[in-house]
Amino acid sequence: MPLLDKSTSLTEVIAQIRDGACVMIGGFGVPGTPFTLIQELVRQGPKNLTLIKNDANEPGMGVDWLLSAGMVRRLITSHVGLNGNAVRMMNAGEIEVEFVAQGILAERIRAAGAGLKGFVSDIGIGTLLAQGKQTVEMDGATYLIEPALEADFALVHAARADTFGNLTYAATARNFNPLMAMAANCTIAEAEIIVPVGGIDPDAIHTPAPFVDHLVALPQELMEVYGVVKR
Amino acid sequence: MLARAARDITPGMTVNLGIGLPTQVMAYVAADCPVCLHSENGIAGVGGLAAPGKADRNLIDAGGGYITCAPGGAFFDSAVSFALVRGGRLDLTLLGAFEVAANGDLANWIIPGKSAAGVGGAIELAQKARRVGVLTTHTDKHGNPKILDRCTLPLTAVGCVNRIYTDMAVCDVLPDGLHLVELAEGVSLAQVRAATGAALIVPEGSIPTF
Repeated sequence: MPLLDKSTSLTEVIAQIRDGACVMIGGFGVPGTPFTLIQELVRQGPKNLTLIKNDANEPGMGVDWLLSAGMVRRLITSHVGLNGNAVRMMNAGEIEVEFVAQGILAERIRAAGAGLKGFVSDIGIGTLLAQGKQTVEMDGATYLIEPALEADFALVHAARADTFGNLTYAATARNFNPLMAMAANCTIAEAEIIVPVGGIDPDAIHTPAPFVDHLVALPQELMEVYGVVKR
Repeated sequence: MLARAARDITPGMTVNLGIGLPTQVMAYVAADCPVCLHSENGIAGVGGLAAPGKADRNLIDAGGGYITCAPGGAFFDSAVSFALVRGGRLDLTLLGAFEVAANGDLANWIIPGKSAAGVGGAIELAQKARRVGVLTTHTDKHGNPKILDRCTLPLTAVGCVNRIYTDMAVCDVLPDGLHLVELAEGVSLAQVRAATGAALIVPEGSIPTF
């Protein structure tokens, strides 16, 4: 039985993301950040976006392009410390920021991808991050209810894909990508290399293709922003 | 103090070193010591810092530094990475601090009105590593104690700290209070008492130095 070819054009696929959309973006720092998808999103310019991303990249990179273009209303993240621009916008009230403990952010995304409503945890009990959360008593102790975190779109970066959308990631560029790929209504993957179906060992696949809706091929020569950051 | 903290990293441990000062402890761990370094962005088995010009654009630690992967190292996603942390597979984490208290409370992520860039993975590391060490200067840049009876800043985690390493002393948090364990070479007990914002339980006899 043949498998669908999900390759599509960058312009058409990003045009689906409209004003007010909730968009998950993979990456932890530079590795795994889908800069090409983000750049096209900036070019098309939908407004009032809610972004879910581990961090806000650094000034002049990735998420910062969306922030600087005034396209973001709300950012759900674990840490923005490497982007002074994001900190400034947060303090000035230009964007609303929700901080989530990093592993809880990952697990809330994973839960949505696994079709769960949420999960129960003791992380953050007795701290600010527990305030306002629903609690539940179990085995004589108090736990927090952590709701699943889903999105309209997930933008992910893969090292390699086949045309059906099976994905593999490289080293620490994996991070949030496979979780987000599972958690959105529509998952758009950019890939550095796209091979015919059968070109990736089924045992080596990190994200199975049924989670991936659209595939965008990156040019052979990647933009400079994907490279090693010179500090 | 970095070298002193490194001495508590022993063969066979799985360890996470927090961003900043704690990351620098790696340089003091013997090269032949079998230790599995975890970084929460998705690696167990950090080899070391990447040599200049040899950085792999896809291989960083949680602080953004370019690293290498040791033979036997593994990559995984962020959910697995924190399953490792919350599931109790970390023998030790070393973290920085704004304030640390005699009851083991740790504050290291937010100074209201000043610094609030996000908590990252600190809460889960502090709350779930089997042993939590704090690495900090004994006082802040104005000379005020960072070790207090109780934290004044919002907490990262409650009662999580086991040992505190500073430029002046090593202290242990035990159920009956804060114990002085060692003094830095050339530092007196009186100086440590004056620089500490909590009561110190001092061992009888001579105090070891580091």
